[in-house]
Amino acid sequence: MGRTGSGKTTLLEAICGLRAVAGGSIQLMGREVTRLKPAQRGIGYVPQDRALFPTLTVREHLAFALVIRRWNRAAIATRVNELAELLGILPLLARLPQRLSGGEAQRVALGRALAARPDILCLDEPLSALDEETRLEMYELLEKLQKQTGVTTLHVTHHPGEAERLADLIFLLKDGQLARVK
Amino acid sequence: MKADIPKFMTTKPASDAPFYLGLGLLSSVYVLLIVALLLANASYTSASHLWAALASKEIQYAIKLSLVSCSLTTLLSLWVAVPLGYLLARHRFPGQGLVDAIVDIPIVLPPLVVGLSLLILFQTGPGRLVEKYVPVTYAVPSVILAQFTVACAFAVRTMHVTFDQINPRGEQVALTLGCSRSQAFWLVVLPEAQRGVLTAATLAWARALGEFGPILVFSGATRMKTEVMSTTVFLELSIGNLEAAVAVSLLMIAAAVLVLLLVRWGGSKTTFRKAVDL
Repeated sequence: MGRTGSGKTTLLEAICGLRAVAGGSIQLMGREVTRLKPAQRGIGYVPQDRALFPTLTVREHLAFALVIRRWNRAAIATRVNELAELLGILPLLARLPQRLSGGEAQRVALGRALAARPDILCLDEPLSALDEETRLEMYELLEKLQKQTGVTTLHVTHHPGEAERLADLIFLLKDGQLARVK
Repeated sequence: MKADIPKFMTTKPASDAPFYLGLGLLSSVYVLLIVALLLANASYTSASHLWAALASKEIQYAIKLSLVSCSLTTLLSLWVAVPLGYLLARHRFPGQGLVDAIVDIPIVLPPLVVGLSLLILFQTGPGRLVEKYVPVTYAVPSVILAQFTVACAFAVRTMHVTFDQINPRGEQVALTLGCSRSQAFWLVVLPEAQRGVLTAATLAWARALGEFGPILVFSGATRMKTEVMSTTVFLELSIGNLEAAVAVSLLMIAAAVLVLLLVRWGGSKTTFRKAVDL
């Protein structure tokens, strides 16, 4: 957690390998990853603006990480359907991102990040652009995902209620210092 | 004594009619000028003149050479502009400003200077070496080279603007999903840049078609050899054959209109405007 501009996004980007670090080290699941490329770190990333691929369908989004890893067609199809069911987006598979609502787009972004079973999920203010009702739905979805996949989630937010509801551990980033709050 | 502050009252501003009248008059003057130019061209010639011009072997050759050279120029320009535009838009490297400025040079140089410079280049040592194996100056390859030199600059600007407008987050997500930089480019960025690529191709094609100065100096205007549509207009004019000149001009106007339609419907209008805007 932290105020706008406190550096939460920068920290997240550094952990994902998208920003060079001047010093120090990053260790994930006991591995030293500071010098590794983003692809090698085993992280699923959902940026603040979701950054869905405008020319790909929802199905292609979910399959993206698997196609890169050269899974065979049958395995990809199984995994895509599995994910779509988990996220409640089965009817949307043929759609393009422009035709998705905020909540639907968020689910697709999550699915895209989780497809290749990463150890860690990095979410940058995933719920800030949603209305209250959708937000509550997403709380339940995130809790379900956590339980079913066992993924460790780093969830950036500036909403204290959200942190209270979803987090096992809460850290506060203030003036460049990280302090554990819960 | 307290000053008498008037209460807020609604006020009636002056009529808007003179304002819009003024705008309308000034705008219509320029629009009418362009329309008048087109109508004058169309009315000067007749269908029979057009057919006579098109029946001429020389002019048919010029049209064919124009089409072939413009298309080749467009392909070459895209080949260079897509990677260069991407590089300029995405990466900060030392000397970037310099490269950006250099790429703009063919656009601001007077066309005749471009032609002369090309001519001189092929008079130098390395130039002569190339000429020994592939005749360039005053031969067909020179037409393509002259067109490419200018058209590519426009294509690069268009692609630079295109890639600037694409959210870099998409590539970043692709990297976390397991892509190399190259895969992220081909699978995520390029599909998103489709309309920009079409715009760049159309712009390059149109520019190549209209290129005259460099071709005249570097390729000459030899009939049945290096004559293209733009030099045809010049040649026909210089022998006093106004009808043929106008006929070919109309063809080029038709091509220009086609280009504009393509950009408006298939390409990206904003990218087009930004790329052409100096």
